[in-house]
Amino acid sequence: MEPLLTIQTPETVLFWFLAPLSVLAALGMLLVKKAVHSALLLAWVMVSLAIFYIAQGAVFLGIVQVVVYTGAVMMLFLFILMLVGVDSSDSLTETITGLRPIAITAAVGFGGLMVSLLGRATLGREPVGLEAANAAGNVQGIAALLFSKYVWPFEVISALLITAAVGAMVLAHHQRTTPRPTQREQSTNRFRTGSLAGAAGLPGPGVFARHNAVDVPALLPDGTPAPSSISATLKARGDVIDSAQFQLDNVDTTVVEEK
Amino acid sequence: MSLDNYLYLSAILFTIGAVGVVVRRNAIVVFMCIELMLNAANLSLVTFARINGTLDGQVIAFFTMVVAACEVVVGLAIIVTIYRSRRSASIDDASLLKR
Amino acid sequence: MATNNGLVYLIALPLFGALTLLLLGRKADKWGHLLATAMSAGSFAFGLVQLSQMLDREAELRPVTQKLFTWISVGSFNVDAALLLDQLSICFVLLITGVGTLIHIYSISYMSHDEDRRRFFAYLNLFIASMLLLVLGDSYLNLYVGWEGVGLASYLLIGFWNKKPAYATASKKAFVMNRIGDMGLSFAIMIAFASLGTVSFSGVKEHAHHASEATMTAIGIMLLIAAVGKSAQFPLQAWLGDAMAGPTPVSALIHAATMVTAGVYLIVRSNFVFDAAPNAQLLVVIVGAITLLFGAIIGMAKDDIKKALAASTMSQIGYMILASGLGPAGYAYAIMHLLTHGFFKAGMFLGAGSVMHGMNDEVDMRKYGGLRKFMPITFVTFGLGYLAIIGVPPFAGFYSKDMIIETALNAGGAKGIILGTITLIGAAITAFYMTRVMIMTFTSPKRWDDNQHPHESPALMWIPMAILAIGSVISGYLLYQGKAFKHWLEPLFEKHGEHTELLPPIVVSGLALTMVAIGVAIAVIKYQLSEVDSVAPEKVSIFTRIARRDLLQDDVNEALFMRPGQALTSALVKVDDSVVDGAVRGVGKMALGSGSALRKTQTGFVRSYAVLILIGAASLIAAIWVVTT
Repeated sequence: MEPLLTIQTPETVLFWFLAPLSVLAALGMLLVKKAVHSALLLAWVMVSLAIFYIAQGAVFLGIVQVVVYTGAVMMLFLFILMLVGVDSSDSLTETITGLRPIAITAAVGFGGLMVSLLGRATLGREPVGLEAANAAGNVQGIAALLFSKYVWPFEVISALLITAAVGAMVLAHHQRTTPRPTQREQSTNRFRTGSLAGAAGLPGPGVFARHNAVDVPALLPDGTPAPSSISATLKARGDVIDSAQFQLDNVDTTVVEEK
Repeated sequence: MSLDNYLYLSAILFTIGAVGVVVRRNAIVVFMCIELMLNAANLSLVTFARINGTLDGQVIAFFTMVVAACEVVVGLAIIVTIYRSRRSASIDDASLLKR
Repeated sequence: MATNNGLVYLIALPLFGALTLLLLGRKADKWGHLLATAMSAGSFAFGLVQLSQMLDREAELRPVTQKLFTWISVGSFNVDAALLLDQLSICFVLLITGVGTLIHIYSISYMSHDEDRRRFFAYLNLFIASMLLLVLGDSYLNLYVGWEGVGLASYLLIGFWNKKPAYATASKKAFVMNRIGDMGLSFAIMIAFASLGTVSFSGVKEHAHHASEATMTAIGIMLLIAAVGKSAQFPLQAWLGDAMAGPTPVSALIHAATMVTAGVYLIVRSNFVFDAAPNAQLLVVIVGAITLLFGAIIGMAKDDIKKALAASTMSQIGYMILASGLGPAGYAYAIMHLLTHGFFKAGMFLGAGSVMHGMNDEVDMRKYGGLRKFMPITFVTFGLGYLAIIGVPPFAGFYSKDMIIETALNAGGAKGIILGTITLIGAAITAFYMTRVMIMTFTSPKRWDDNQHPHESPALMWIPMAILAIGSVISGYLLYQGKAFKHWLEPLFEKHGEHTELLPPIVVSGLALTMVAIGVAIAVIKYQLSEVDSVAPEKVSIFTRIARRDLLQDDVNEALFMRPGQALTSALVKVDDSVVDGAVRGVGKMALGSGSALRKTQTGFVRSYAVLILIGAASLIAAIWVVTT
């Protein structure tokens, strides 16, 4: 009997090209230190999956995957990453004794058993393919199902979405417990707390006339870099340039007279 | 090539996501791993739709995406709130259950 | 049976008095005693009216009833709150209200210096009301209410001066020992209800003939326990001596004339039960015989005038119980002796109160002596009571006690001879100890010091004493002549054939009088003709010492019940501490231990919980893998 579904060569090639890459990217997500890199690798996996969707006849889902996931959700992740910044949570050292071996053993067991189960499982009939279902177009097919058979879950899920949006607003809403300090109060506080040296504000970054980027600490009169002139985030990331190289001593200050 | 390969890929990605949830400490990365798991499940659903020749699997996958979007919105809001009060995005720091 | 809707007023009057005095409190201080006395007197007058009406009727029509309300109605079981006034009840009604009124009058004067006089009269009225309910109830359940009521009144009145811890303890002792008897009564009611299905006197009487003898014996023994508790009979006699802690009028009314005789009433009222249960009846006789000697022996050794009289009361009630255990032949004489005893013993108690009144509340007879000159009226009234109790003709005690001795002798066979001997010995001992009281108080040389100024009591006190003394003189003859009282009560009891007489009555009387003469003679020799020490001599025989300790009744009770009870409770406390508490604490410790062991798995880290979920999922997959192989 002629099989109902034959998988064309291009799809096979596509699969064997993209599948290992997406597994590698997923593994990379676990192993890289910086959350931003993880996010980018995840975006890669998601785009790969979007391509697989389209290859499997789920055109609408593939597009939605790109728009919603790689577009909106990943953007949200990056946004929050920027908001939260960098801290010790990025470290890959395990703090709970014995957790990592147990986790890996369990995961290998889980994955191995899953794969072997899939290998053993038989459907009892040949795969059908979506040619017939997608005859009137994939979007039309999904819409027909969504607004007939699945209309009730659809409505429920829309309610969920609204609730989630409101919930997020409630959670993120920050109620001030103290009145916002006025400029005058801030000024008074600067003089009353800490040393008088900071009263005029923290020193700005940069070395006058030589290098005034934000990642260059200012130099104190004795020639040492001033840590308070640099953002803590840059320091935590290690993105600080040694400003000692801009000390005046190293600069040729001899004036050559023009002839 | 058999359609089973998609299912294998889905299982592997799901497992990697599960390991990520356990071993990573950054709450945002943990969230990304959960998204990975959801996506792996979606891949299975799409493949099943193709095997069955109906679009039901795709509709379910669509629903999963919506739920995932909701989850991300609320989850990230929670992370922001926790970060605001604890100045940390490490899920190990939020271990008040013990006390 | 005829109904009479006025019976309730007999009880209602004193009950009204009691409630008024108790509820109004101090506002009633000024006139409370007068109201109480009036209520008691009114009840007495009403009782006289009832008596005259009853005398007008035929013997069979004399009992009257009044249904107050339906008390309990469960299926076929019905108990009415109903009153029954018959030939037996009317005797008690008149005794209670009559003697009660006299004692109310006496107390107005006796308690005049007590700031709580109103409360005292309230309790007295409460007692009168309860006692009337006891004798008027037409079922065991109604009787039980009155029974508990008099127990309460007795408790309140013994402990009336509860500022003294010893008095409070005495009232508690009386209450606790009475509870044992009350248990007996409640068991009797339960048995009657369970096996006969009725608790009314008439109902039980109907069933008495065809119920099994075992049932009737059980009911009889329980009723006997009740009577033993209330009437201070052996082995529950120990409370009566201590009950003398109460004011003397209380001792006269409650612990001599009325309440303690409730046991005799109960047995006579339940004559149908005991007639159907010969074994229980024999037990009644035995209890009576033991107590009559027991009380008499204690009476010989007591120096406290009230305790000597209390011992005498115990002994005399022993006579009554013995008589009531002799079956139809003895019931009438038991009640007759009860009535005459009510007169002379109440009179003597009031006399003792009068003596104490004149002697600054001194109760030790060794500190008395020669009071005849100072208290002539008390001497005469007390003396008349004395002649009555020892049984000198023609005083009241002679008739009643003589009849009991005669009936005992005629009980038949060895039983009759033994009982007759015991009653005769009892008569001799009674004569001895009462003569001793007389001599030590009134006729021997004075032994009090000069601080005492004995004087006669006021008229309010001696008039009741005089009336009671008259009663002790004439009541015996009035009840005896022509067997009037026996015929009066006859319709209530089973007919019985005349026993063959062991000895002719005149010989019995002669024997009894001889015994009395011997007792009096010994007492006169020992106390009148020789010096009486003003302090109780220490070097006395072991028997005297035992008698002074109330024949070791308290020691026996302590050794048999109190100590084992205390040991049991302390053992139970230990069991409770180690076993019960141990089990409870063990459960707690187990929960605590398992909790702290399981707590170690709770790290608080979300990731460790996630690992557990992962392991769980893997196990689930493994299970599916195994199942689908």
